[in-house]
Amino acid sequence: MAHRWGLVVDLDGCTGCGACVTACHAENNIPTAGAQEAARGRAMHWMRVERYWEGEYPDVSVKFRPVLCQQCDNAPCEAVCPTYAAHQTDEGLNAQVYNRCIGTRYCANACTYNVRFFNFFNPQWEKPLHLQLNPDVSVREAGVMEKCTFCSQRIRAGKAEAKQAGRPLADGDIQPACAQSCPSGALVFGDLNDHESRVARLSHSPRATKLLEDLGAEPKVSYLQKRGVHEPDA
Amino acid sequence: MSRTRNNPLADDLLRPLLHTGVWFYAAVAALGSVVACGLAAWGYQLWHGMGVAGVNWPVFWGFHETNFVFWIGISHAGTLISAILRLVNARWRRPVTRCAEVITVFALMIGAIFPIVHLGKPWLFYWVAPYPSARDLWVNFRSPLVWDFFAINTYLTGSLLFLALPMIPDFALVRDRSTGWRRRIYGTLALGWQGTTMQWHRLEAAMQIMAIAIIPVAVSVHTIVSFDFSMANVPMWHSTIFGPYFVAGAIFSGIAALIIAMAVLRRQLKLHAYLHDVHFDNLAKLLLLMSLLWGYFVTAERLTVWYGNEPHEMAVFWATQRGQFAPLYWTMVTCNFIVPVTILSFRRLRTVPGAVVASLGVLVGMWLERFLIIVPSLSNKQLPYSWGQYAPQPVELVIMGATFAAMALLYTLFAKFVPIISIWEMKVGNQPHPDAVTASEDEMSELWKVRP
Repeated sequence: MAHRWGLVVDLDGCTGCGACVTACHAENNIPTAGAQEAARGRAMHWMRVERYWEGEYPDVSVKFRPVLCQQCDNAPCEAVCPTYAAHQTDEGLNAQVYNRCIGTRYCANACTYNVRFFNFFNPQWEKPLHLQLNPDVSVREAGVMEKCTFCSQRIRAGKAEAKQAGRPLADGDIQPACAQSCPSGALVFGDLNDHESRVARLSHSPRATKLLEDLGAEPKVSYLQKRGVHEPDA
Repeated sequence: MSRTRNNPLADDLLRPLLHTGVWFYAAVAALGSVVACGLAAWGYQLWHGMGVAGVNWPVFWGFHETNFVFWIGISHAGTLISAILRLVNARWRRPVTRCAEVITVFALMIGAIFPIVHLGKPWLFYWVAPYPSARDLWVNFRSPLVWDFFAINTYLTGSLLFLALPMIPDFALVRDRSTGWRRRIYGTLALGWQGTTMQWHRLEAAMQIMAIAIIPVAVSVHTIVSFDFSMANVPMWHSTIFGPYFVAGAIFSGIAALIIAMAVLRRQLKLHAYLHDVHFDNLAKLLLLMSLLWGYFVTAERLTVWYGNEPHEMAVFWATQRGQFAPLYWTMVTCNFIVPVTILSFRRLRTVPGAVVASLGVLVGMWLERFLIIVPSLSNKQLPYSWGQYAPQPVELVIMGATFAAMALLYTLFAKFVPIISIWEMKVGNQPHPDAVTASEDEMSELWKVRP
């Protein structure tokens, strides 16, 4: 059976530290836009931590919500791409083929989660950061869209390693950079088709919900959260 | 064609072709330099990347896309109106059809540039065309952008044919009345027209086919442009009303453009004997009708959203109704509804200057409408964390200004090289007596039922 990669985000475990954001930038060669361009909406974060405040001072509680590509089964971005740059892989990933992209940016408008990013300029890294680029990940040029890949290079490497060792892929063999770097273990990655995997079990937890689930995009990222007393049990 | 030798009608209408005033050169130089600035701005954007424009995360579409929809909308003036007037055989159409059809062709050409200008990699624009390529990849027919590609190309091809067909007898007329290089060029354009009965028959048949065929094409084009938005699950884009709403708005802005173009032509080329006040009055009434229709569509769109009270949509609704976009929104309502309805409802105000003022208002209002459809929705999508702002940058403004100059330039050049009023159609309309009409024209008039 083909793999079907998914992620679980435990909102009760997330401290909002931002390690996942940093790790994602380092792993995936995501350029930093700089303060000025970031203020103009040119920052690129495949993974971002949304902050929400609830209540009035001094009874304020802060909530964090890491948001990344939800790898939708019924992805709105894929249908609108004229060149199949955005398409669904056999393993359920929303892939983006940079060399097919002509930069209509339609996919980014259609995406209800705003997790697709456009290269407004050619990427630049301040020296010596240009020496730390990940050789497994291509650098994107101006004019194309990019997005979270669930670290597809790590998925490929993990599968190759298992094949070489002559064993089946075990749960936890593959870790995207965000999940690997999460200090509180709030991010769990794995194969949703493997019913014994942690991610499959957690995604069926009564605490699990999906982001903007009612819009019907069928995301493969689940959010775990303790339910309030006013909310019905799932 | 020798019959037309001493025809005051032809003398009048061919004058701009044979005599060039200093104003023509001044206008071409001025407009040409603005267009050159626009090309330079595009070059600047190509060199540095789309980042020099104001688009950003999450407002990935801005002025370029607004101008695209606006100009495709303007293109609905000509061919559609001309085809309808031809089919219902409105006799007053004769001096109007060609200046209307030209607007369509030029506005479409300008509008069709924007989907290329807005691309991240404009040099790969042809990848939306299905052709056997080394990539072994067909285009994604689920994408409304691919539908756009087909719709706009079909409409442009059809409109060019629809414009070119009735120009053939006029080119022949110019050929017969000129000498030297002019005769050679217009002779080529006339495609060997001799005015035989069979040629008139074929022209007539082709015109009839095109007039019928172009109407569904025109309606479908702006419906498909609206699908660029309504197919995406974005608040206040995802609406079933967008197809007819866009088509009505397109015809609305198209008529406004036509009224302005006709007023300028009448003044500059002294065509008062051909473009009468009644033409402006008729078009002004049509503009009034479209203004009321536009008001109906906006009310229907806004009321259903407000009553439905869906949170994601209400964020966009209030942003336009009384939030940061409210000044633009209410300017749009004033320009598209209050001003035209006030001016055009009263016969005393429905003069040529009155119609021009109303039309200018409609152009501003309809441009704002396209902007207010695109930007506020993208600024206020489902997740409040990703709300954002958009401000146009100089490069977008210069390119936009250049498109208006390009329209004026192309129109000026066209009126210089082609009779802007169809001479043979005027003749058919003006000379109802059998003696005065050639046999072929007699048949024409019967087919077109132009006899009074």
